[in-house]
Amino acid sequence: MIPHLSLSFCLYVSAALFAIGVYGVLSRQNLIVILMSLELMLNAVNLSTIAFGRAFLPASPPDPSGPQVFVVMVLAVAAAEAAVGLSILLAVFRKWRTTHAGRIDMLKG
Amino acid sequence: MARYLFLIPILPFAGFLVNGLAGRRLPRWAVSLVGCAGPTAAAVLAGLAFSEVAAGPASVLQASLGDWIRAGRDFHVPLALSLDRLSGVMALVVTGVGTLIHVYSIGYMREDPGYARFFAYLNLFMAAMLVLVLADNILLLFLGWEGVGLCSYLLIGFWYKDLSNCDAGIKAFVVNRIGDFGFILGVFLIFITFGTFELEAIDSRAAAAAARDPLVMKAIALLLFLGATGKSAQIPLYVWLPDAMAGPTPVSALIHAATMVTSGVYLLARLDQLFLASGALPVVAWIGALTALLAALIALAQTDIKKVLAYSTVSQLGYMFLACGVAAFPVAIFHLVTHAFFKAVLFLGAGAVIHSLHHEQDMRRMGGLFRRIPLTGAVFLAGALALSGFPLTSGFFSKDEILHETLSGGQGLLYSVGLTTAVLTAFYAFRQFALVFLGTYRGAGAERGDAHGGGHGTFPPRSPRGDEHTFPPRSPRGDEHTFPPRSPRGDEHGHGAHEIHGSPPSMMAPLAVLAFLALCGGFLAVPHFLAGSGETAAHAAAGTAGAEGQVTGWIVGGAATVLGILAALGLFVWRPALRERIVQGTAGGRLLARLSLDKLYVDELYDALVVKPFWFLSHVLFLVIDRFVIDFACVRGTGLLARTLGAALGRLQTGKIPSYAFYFVGGVLVLMTLVLWAAG
Repeated sequence: MIPHLSLSFCLYVSAALFAIGVYGVLSRQNLIVILMSLELMLNAVNLSTIAFGRAFLPASPPDPSGPQVFVVMVLAVAAAEAAVGLSILLAVFRKWRTTHAGRIDMLKG
Repeated sequence: MARYLFLIPILPFAGFLVNGLAGRRLPRWAVSLVGCAGPTAAAVLAGLAFSEVAAGPASVLQASLGDWIRAGRDFHVPLALSLDRLSGVMALVVTGVGTLIHVYSIGYMREDPGYARFFAYLNLFMAAMLVLVLADNILLLFLGWEGVGLCSYLLIGFWYKDLSNCDAGIKAFVVNRIGDFGFILGVFLIFITFGTFELEAIDSRAAAAAARDPLVMKAIALLLFLGATGKSAQIPLYVWLPDAMAGPTPVSALIHAATMVTSGVYLLARLDQLFLASGALPVVAWIGALTALLAALIALAQTDIKKVLAYSTVSQLGYMFLACGVAAFPVAIFHLVTHAFFKAVLFLGAGAVIHSLHHEQDMRRMGGLFRRIPLTGAVFLAGALALSGFPLTSGFFSKDEILHETLSGGQGLLYSVGLTTAVLTAFYAFRQFALVFLGTYRGAGAERGDAHGGGHGTFPPRSPRGDEHTFPPRSPRGDEHTFPPRSPRGDEHGHGAHEIHGSPPSMMAPLAVLAFLALCGGFLAVPHFLAGSGETAAHAAAGTAGAEGQVTGWIVGGAATVLGILAALGLFVWRPALRERIVQGTAGGRLLARLSLDKLYVDELYDALVVKPFWFLSHVLFLVIDRFVIDFACVRGTGLLARTLGAALGRLQTGKIPSYAFYFVGGVLVLMTLVLWAAG
C-alpha cells in the first residue's frame, strides 16, 4: 500500500481522466478517437470505484461483492462495447469511406 | 274502463305513426280514414270514460303502466293517466272539437301535397294534448306540454317553402321556450318541496306547504304561471300567437284557439289549491285582465281575417286567466269550453271564407259575402254572436259568469277592465262580420278578375303545386272548384277559377255542429258540474248565494255586448262616413287606429328590448369568442405554436453525432446541478 495515494488524490485523477474523456468525445471528429475517449471515461469511473473501495472497505477478508467485481464487470462491458463500436465503425467506413463524425448525419430524419 | 284509458292518447298516436311513416304511399281516402279514425275512437272512449266519472260525485279513473322514470330511492315517476271531472271535460273538448276539425281538414286540405304529413302532425298533436290533459303527474303533463309545443311548431311552419311561415314557427317555439323554462323550474321546486310529482298529492299538500314556506310556494306558482303565459299567450309572451296564424286554418282552429293554448288555463285549474294557497292569484288576475284588454284593442283594427281571431283568442284567454285569478277555476274552464266551440267555429268559418276566396285573407278585399256563401255566413254569425257574448249564446253565460265572479270577489277595477273588454270584443267581432259578410264585395275578383294579384298582408298565396318536391304534381282534376287557378293571369274575365264558391260538406258539417254548440253550449252547467267534484265547493256555494247579482250581471253584460255590436254595425255598415270622420278627423281616433293596426308596437318594443340587445351580444360574442378566441387563439393558435416550435427545435436535430453527444453531456450537467442543488 502506498500511503501517499490518498482518496482525494485518486478522485482528482479520476475526475481529470473523465474530463479528458468528455473533452475528447465532444471535441474530436474522428470516430476512433471518440471511442478511445469513451474508454477513458469508463476507466476514470473504474478508478474512482476502486479508490472508494480502498478507502471505505476493509482489505481482509476480501469482499467478493466488493468494488473489484464491479470493475471487472465494467471492463468486460467496455470490451464488448469496443468490439461492437469498432465493428459499426468498420461498417460505417465501408459505406461512406470516412470516420469523420461530422460527415455522418444520417440520423437526421 | 280505466284499463282502456291509455288507448285515448295511443289511438291518435297510432294514426300519427301510420300516416307519418306510410302516408305518402297511401291513397288519400286511406289517409283521411286513418287520420280521422284515431281521434274519433279517442272521442268515443273519452265519452265513455267521462260518463263513468260523471255518474259518481268524486270518482276518478286511473291507469298506470308502471314506472316511467326511476332513479335512486326517492325519484320515481309513474306512467299513469287519470281522468276526473276536470280532465274529463278537457278530454271531451280536445277529442270532440279535434275530431270535428280533422273532418273539416279533409275538405280544407284536399289539394295540398302534404296531405298525409298534415294528418300525421295533427294526430300527433292530439296524442300529446291528451297526454297533457290526462297526465297523473306533472312530469308526464310536461311531456304532453312539450309535445303540443313541438306540433304547434311543426304545423305553423307546415308550408315550409315560405320562409315567413318558418320564422313564425321558430318564433312560437322560442317564445314558448321562455315560458317552459319557468315551468320546468317550477317543476324542480315542486319536487324539492313536495317530494312527488303527482298532481293530486301536490294539490292536497299545497296549503300546508304554503303555511310552512310561503315564499317558495309563491315562486312555484309564479314559475308555473310563466309557463302558462307562454303556452296560453298572455302578457308578456303572447306575441307568438298572432304570428302562428301562418299555419293552415284548421291548425289555427284546433291548436291556436280551441285546445293547445288553453292548456295554461288547464294547468292552473288542475293545481287550483296550489294557486289558491300561493297568494299569486292577483298577479294572474291582472295579467289576464290586461291581456284581455290589450289584445282586444289590437284586434280592433287588424285587416287580416285570421289576425283578428288570433288577437281575439289572446283576449279570451285573458278572460280565462282573469277567472282563475279571482279563484273561479270552474268558471275559467267553462269559458275554455265555450271558447273552444265558438272560436273553432270562427276559425273554421274564416277558413271556409278563405277557401271560398282562393286564399284571400285580407278583409279589405272581402265584403258582401253573406249573399254568396250564406251557410258559411250563418255559422260565422253564430260564432261572432257567441264571441261577443250575445244573450243566450254560450259566450254570454261563460263571460258573464267570469265578470260576475270578478265583481263578487270585490275586484271592481278588474271588473271594469273586463266589461270594457266585453264591449270591445263585441265591436271587433261585428266589425269583422261586417267587413267580411256585409256591404259590397271589394275583392280583386270583382273588378280586376284576378283574385291573386296583390299578395299583401302577411300571407302571399302559396302555390298549390310543387310545394313538396317529393310529390309529383297532382293531376288537375277538380282544380277549378277548389284551388287558386293555375290559369295565367291574363284571364281578365275571370270566371270558373275565380268564382266564389261554397265549401264541401266535409267542411260544412263540422261547422254546423260547432255552430250549434257555440249557440247552445252555454247551457252546459260546466262550473256546477266541476264544483260538484268537491274541490271547489266553497266557490259553488258563493256562486249560488249571489244569484240576484247574476241577473244584474246578465243585464249589464248583455247591454255591453249590444252596445259593441251596434257600434260596430253603425260604424261599418250604416254610417261608414262617420267612421272615416272619427278615424281621419280626430286626433284620438287617428292615434287609436294607428296603435291598434300596428299592434301597440309591442313587437317593436320586444325587438328593441330583447332581440336587438341579444343580437348585439351575439355579435360581440361572435367577434370576441368565436372569431378571436376559438378561431384565432385556439384553432389557428395551436397549429401555429406547433409549427413554430417544430421549426425552432428541429434545428437541434442535426443528425451529427458530436452535437448529440454535446446535448447529452449538457443534460447530464443540468441534472447533476439539479441533484446537487436539491441535496445541498
